[in-house]
Amino acid sequence: MSIDEKTAARVAKLARIKVEDDQLPALAQEFSNILGFIEQLNEVDVEAIEPMTSVTPQKLYRRVDEVTDGDQQEKVLKNAPDAREGFFAVPKVVE
Amino acid sequence: MSDLTKMTLAGARDALRKGETTSVELTETHLKAIEGAGALNAFVHHTPEIALEQAKAADARIAAGDAPDMCGLPIGIKDLFCTKGVPSQAASAILNGFKPEYESTVSQNLFDAGAVMLGKLNMDEFAMGSSNETSVYGNVVNPWRRSGNDAELTPGGSSGGSASAVAADLCLAATGTDTGGSIRQPAAFTGITGIKPTYGRCSRWGTIAFASSLDQAGPMTKDVRDAAIMLEAMCSFDAKDSTSANLPVPNFEAMLTGDIQGKTIGIPKEYRMDGMPDEIEQLWADGTVMLKDAGAKIVDISLPHTKYALPAYYVIAPAEASSNLARYDGVRYGHRATLDAGDGITEMYEKTRAEGFGSEVQRRVMIGTYVLSAGFYDAYYNRARRVRALIKKDFDDVFATGVDAILTPATPSAAFGLGEMKDADPVQMYLNDVFTVTVNLAGLPGVAVPAGVDAQGLPLALQLIGKPWEEGELLNTAYALEQAAGFVAKPNKWW
Repeated sequence: MSIDEKTAARVAKLARIKVEDDQLPALAQEFSNILGFIEQLNEVDVEAIEPMTSVTPQKLYRRVDEVTDGDQQEKVLKNAPDAREGFFAVPKVVE
Repeated sequence: MSDLTKMTLAGARDALRKGETTSVELTETHLKAIEGAGALNAFVHHTPEIALEQAKAADARIAAGDAPDMCGLPIGIKDLFCTKGVPSQAASAILNGFKPEYESTVSQNLFDAGAVMLGKLNMDEFAMGSSNETSVYGNVVNPWRRSGNDAELTPGGSSGGSASAVAADLCLAATGTDTGGSIRQPAAFTGITGIKPTYGRCSRWGTIAFASSLDQAGPMTKDVRDAAIMLEAMCSFDAKDSTSANLPVPNFEAMLTGDIQGKTIGIPKEYRMDGMPDEIEQLWADGTVMLKDAGAKIVDISLPHTKYALPAYYVIAPAEASSNLARYDGVRYGHRATLDAGDGITEMYEKTRAEGFGSEVQRRVMIGTYVLSAGFYDAYYNRARRVRALIKKDFDDVFATGVDAILTPATPSAAFGLGEMKDADPVQMYLNDVFTVTVNLAGLPGVAVPAGVDAQGLPLALQLIGKPWEEGELLNTAYALEQAAGFVAKPNKWW
């Protein structure tokens, strides 16, 4: 599978990572190499094999649906790059 | 007392209990060793105040007769573990300045047992790397050098700081994490012991996530006994990790008898790779003879899907990473890019992540994004998860025939030079994990045991792979191998 620059740009956009236009050819080439390596998987017969969901045969635990934690606003906001009036602050989202 | 930094965990524990030294003395000696070892760049956040406070508390506990095995023993903590009030940034610029308001379960378990934290250890950014060259703190240097050559070598990765620090006697032991080999490969490159337990043994809570279905914490120590002691202290059932195993944690150290009479050791033919150095081949053959001489039965086995482990891993791990690392968006913690006039929230995300993530992390996040994107999910991600099921079945089938453990090389080479792989294709670097990554995909315990040196005087290791939840038996086999191999070499101090 060869990845073109347009696809590389689309993936970067989906991943929310800014990539300058002049970096796209190298990035596309790297993706192509890695995906070429991954494509060995096509040699494997996976017919009737279920995709693994859990490596150990255990079910996820359930617990009672009740509040066990909270009232930690100050701690939650402590590491925020921009916190104001008890909220995370971000650039304008809605016009 | 002889040099306190040369001690093992077991030796220091016994000395503390006999009153031959104190935790404060042990801690001060190690803090001094760290101060003099800046050239290794292993410790990146120093916590001497915390260490001395913990050491004093440990001495009080020992005096009161309430001393768990780890009590008073100075260790290093990989930067991937969140430690309350202490920088914890997974060696990434995107977590610059992040000081968690909470403690990871593994480090809390160690502190509850009385362990002393000397500081945080360098690593590959977000544990993505095999040479500790992707860290925002710069490269870690291996204390080992090729004989007659001053070239700086990699300690391996991603737990390179942990490996370098233990090998250089800067701490008695260290925590590591292993997603594809990140405990075992650096342990092998530095002549120390490292075990990745069964998936679910150590809680992942508070450990910064890379690939959640593969990540496991484990100890990196000077010998197998120390690995048993520290692993027991790290393990626990934890309701805060939904994949944590609700099983009793055995006394692993008590299981170290060295008796492996009648055990069956499998030698997988698929691990005999083309182009494998003769020295690795010889080490593997020697290890096989050692286990046979110790009374084990040796059988040839086949793990037919081995070849597909690395490509499956390089779908699954990046896919999970792209999801896990979506949280680094410049809103809740860490770095936020300076924005230009008119930039909106999308520009904030894109600039923050471009500035904050290094190139290997960006590459893996984008590969993960691609394999999970509409139209490719089945072809890549689901196919890789199917192949993963087959890889696990290979091991299940072998263990069902009565095999107790599997012996393989730990790495395809000895430590290589820093910068040597700079111009190589990323895939070349990924090949470092060829012998270790199967174990993560199958969720099994695996341990790297130093077993010899190469012609240039660098350590080489063998890997033993065990059955799920049988870390005790696995460590006992590793103990027998350690006894037989008699590896005692240490790096010459140059730093």
